[in-house]
Amino acid sequence: MSAASVVLVIMAIGTYLLKSAGPLILGDRALPVRLQEIVDLLPAALLAALAIVSTVGDGESIVIDARLVGLVVAGIALWRRLPFVVVILLACAATALVRAIP
Amino acid sequence: MGEPISDEERRRVIRRQSASIVGAVAPFGIVFGAAAATAGLALWQAVGYSALVFGGSSQFAAVEILGDGGSIASAAIAGLLLNVRSLAFGVIMAPALAGALWKRATMSQLMIDESTAVGAAQSELRWRRYGFLVAGVGVFVVWNLTTVIGFVAFSGAGDLIDDLGLDAAGPAAFLALLWPRLASAPQRRTAIGGAVIALVLIPVAPPGVPILASMFGVAVARWWPTDETVDEGGLR
Repeated sequence: MSAASVVLVIMAIGTYLLKSAGPLILGDRALPVRLQEIVDLLPAALLAALAIVSTVGDGESIVIDARLVGLVVAGIALWRRLPFVVVILLACAATALVRAIP
Repeated sequence: MGEPISDEERRRVIRRQSASIVGAVAPFGIVFGAAAATAGLALWQAVGYSALVFGGSSQFAAVEILGDGGSIASAAIAGLLLNVRSLAFGVIMAPALAGALWKRATMSQLMIDESTAVGAAQSELRWRRYGFLVAGVGVFVVWNLTTVIGFVAFSGAGDLIDDLGLDAAGPAAFLALLWPRLASAPQRRTAIGGAVIALVLIPVAPPGVPILASMFGVAVARWWPTDETVDEGGLR
C-alpha cells in the first residue's frame, strides 16, 4: 500500500471513532444538569472560535487580510437583520472588492 | 431565538442556512481535489479521503504533508489532531441524534463543523437533528462531487477562491449562526471567551487545537463578574 493509502485508512478509522463516540456512547441518555448547562453553552464558544479561526487563521499564524472586512460586513448585515444568504453574499462581495483594489 | 413560526417555515429557514453553508464548501472541495492530484494521489484515494475521512481541513493537512514528503506518522497525526474537535461536536449533538444504533452509527459520519454549526444553532432537539442532517448530507454530496471535479479539471482553483472572496463565506456563515445566541448574556460571554482563547492559541498550537480549546470559553462565562448592572453599564 502506498503511504497515501495507509494514512487514509488510519485517518478514516481514527476520525470515525472521534465522530461517533458521542452519539454511540452517550446516545440519548440525559446528561447531569450541570453538564447539560455546559453543553448548552458550548456551541457559542465553538461557533465564535470557528468564525475567528477561519477569518484570521492561516496554519499556525494570524493573518489579517480581506477576510476580516468580509466578517465585519457580515456583522453589520446581521445587525441590520438581513437574511442569511444575503449576509454570506455581502461578505464575499466585500472581500472580493477589497482584494480588487490595487 | 424563540419567535413562534410554523414547522414548514422552520424547515425552510434551516434549508436556506444549509444551502449557503453547502455552497461555501464547494470551492474548497475543488481545491482539495486539485491539491490531491498535485500531491500525486490517485482519484480513488482523493475520493476515499473525502468520503471516508470526510473532514475538510484534516484532509488538506494530510495531503499537504504527504505531498511535501512527510512521514506517514506525521501526516496521520496532524490529520487526526485536526479532527479531535469532532469528539466535542459528538457530545453536543448526541441528544439530538438519538435512535437505533445503526442510525446513530451512520449519522456520526456526518459529524463535521458545518453540520454541527447548523444543528447546534437550532433550539429544539428535532430541529437540531434536522439541521445536522440537511447540512451534513448536503456537504457530504457536494464535497465529494467537487473533489472529483477539482481532481479532474482544476489546478488554479486557489486563485478563484481569492478573487471571488469565497473564503469569507465560512466566517460569515459561522458568525450568522452564532448571532442569535449573542442576545443572551451567558452565551455572549461564552462566545467572547471562546473567540479570545482560539485567537491567542492560533500562533502557538497546531491547527485544530484552537477550536478545540475554545470549549473552555464556557468557564469564562461562569467566572465572569455576575453583577449585571456593572457589566451591562460597562458595555454601553
